[in-house]
Amino acid sequence: MISRPQIQVSKVSKIFRSEESEIVALEDINLDIQSGEFICLLGPSGCGKSTLLNAIAGFSPPTSGSITIDDKTVQNPGPDRGMVFQEYALFPWMSVEQNIAFGLEIKKLPKTQIKEKVDALLGMLNLRDFRERYPKDLSGGMRQRVAIARVLALDSPILLMDEPFGALDSLTRRNLQDELLRIWTTFKKTVIFVTHSIEESIYLADRIMVMTYRPGKIKKEVSVTMPRSRDPSSAEFNELKKELSLLVMEEQSRHNQEQIKISTAD
Amino acid sequence: MKSSLLNKIFDRAQGFLVPIALVALWQYLSSHAIVNPQILPTPMAVIAKWWEYLLPTEAFDADKSSYLAWMVSGEMPRDAYASLYRVVVGFLIGGILALPLGLLMGANDRVYKLFNPLIQILRPIPPIAFIPLSILWFGLGNPPAIFLIVLGAFFPMLMNTIAGVRHVDSIYIRAARSLGASQTTMFLRVMIPAATPYILTGARIGIGTAFIVVIVAEMIAVNNGLGYRILEAREFFWSDKIIAGMFTIGLLGLAIDSGMNRLNNYLLKWHRGIESK
Repeated sequence: MISRPQIQVSKVSKIFRSEESEIVALEDINLDIQSGEFICLLGPSGCGKSTLLNAIAGFSPPTSGSITIDDKTVQNPGPDRGMVFQEYALFPWMSVEQNIAFGLEIKKLPKTQIKEKVDALLGMLNLRDFRERYPKDLSGGMRQRVAIARVLALDSPILLMDEPFGALDSLTRRNLQDELLRIWTTFKKTVIFVTHSIEESIYLADRIMVMTYRPGKIKKEVSVTMPRSRDPSSAEFNELKKELSLLVMEEQSRHNQEQIKISTAD
Repeated sequence: MKSSLLNKIFDRAQGFLVPIALVALWQYLSSHAIVNPQILPTPMAVIAKWWEYLLPTEAFDADKSSYLAWMVSGEMPRDAYASLYRVVVGFLIGGILALPLGLLMGANDRVYKLFNPLIQILRPIPPIAFIPLSILWFGLGNPPAIFLIVLGAFFPMLMNTIAGVRHVDSIYIRAARSLGASQTTMFLRVMIPAATPYILTGARIGIGTAFIVVIVAEMIAVNNGLGYRILEAREFFWSDKIIAGMFTIGLLGLAIDSGMNRLNNYLLKWHRGIESK
């Protein structure tokens, strides 16, 4: 039996209008995501992958089309979709602990329950020794752990991640990817993960949506069937990487040409 | 080891070289009567006057007052207290008015549009220019002085509070929204803390302005305080007392500023700019 998809994106377009120009960021996007799936949105910068994620998050509604979660139309951001940003977006005036507890305090959970939950998350993400630190005293990897703990605290069934590991060095990055996969398996979350790294998308995703550069459309959907944990040096991995590279490079070169056009027009 | 200690001492001593040279030049000019000592007394005369100004005027009498009260019964401690009192009261009133208005104007466009034109008109008027009006309205004594100080402290705090709220990084707002924050939570736990660096900068400028205004106000509207005292000294050609009074004003200003700086460092211990001085 096929259950109804948890997230349904249908005929979604997004147009950014300014006085002198009109940018079609998304055009006719259709995407069904089942509960518990790990989806990567892959493409060069400017392909609208973050725009799509922001629309699902409820930060900026689509110009046309609809996005539903469990058959309810998305209108606002909300704690059912935990958002992790590339810039971490931790509150610098709150300690690690306070950052993680913030969402729970908004939910008005009893103090003891908040403390219990925060303790568990600090343990799970190896943050126990840092609970009283402020974000400025943490490395990028640590900050992103805190940001992940902050959304996990809310038990959101869906995680939306906007290039979360983009600013990290490759070792930290692999580390956090593994941690994310562990969390994903343990809690059976649905993950939508935006990245421009081909390798990252193959390493993580069940399905990869390759997006086109302006207008942003889904160019191709690639299912990754390799069992986890995947070995980036395996032949199968590299085969897929080659295939995806071709697709992404086409879009990248369109992006470059566009840039040249813009700069010569000036 | 030893050389590094010497380096350290030299490093510290460096900052005193210029002041010492200046005082030496001053001593030379005044003791050789190159400059009329009536106009520029010797440094020693100023220090002696400063000391006299600091000490209690009457002999200690255990029946009349406690030792501590006697210690600060000198003319200068009373003047410094009077000035400081005006600064603190004026600054607090200014802050109590500026903070809520600034937060509202920063957060709400309608309130901003309502008040901004008025503020843009009033803000460029130096508080000093309000002196005639303030005396007309409040007569003499503390009320006009404090009114002027409130004005001086109000605008820098208001402008910085508005700017602070308006410059809150949208990423924090987005993060808080996705965590389910209500308007109130957003305002109290995101906007205000995010704006504190600006607000505290405003407070620091505000109290600095208040300190400038208090000296001027005391020269005109009241008959005590440090500002009054140096003007009074001029009437008697007591140039040593004028300079001693100015020195006290400088010390008090320094004390206020370093107090604010400490408060700043404490409240902003989370802030990135702090550890790099």
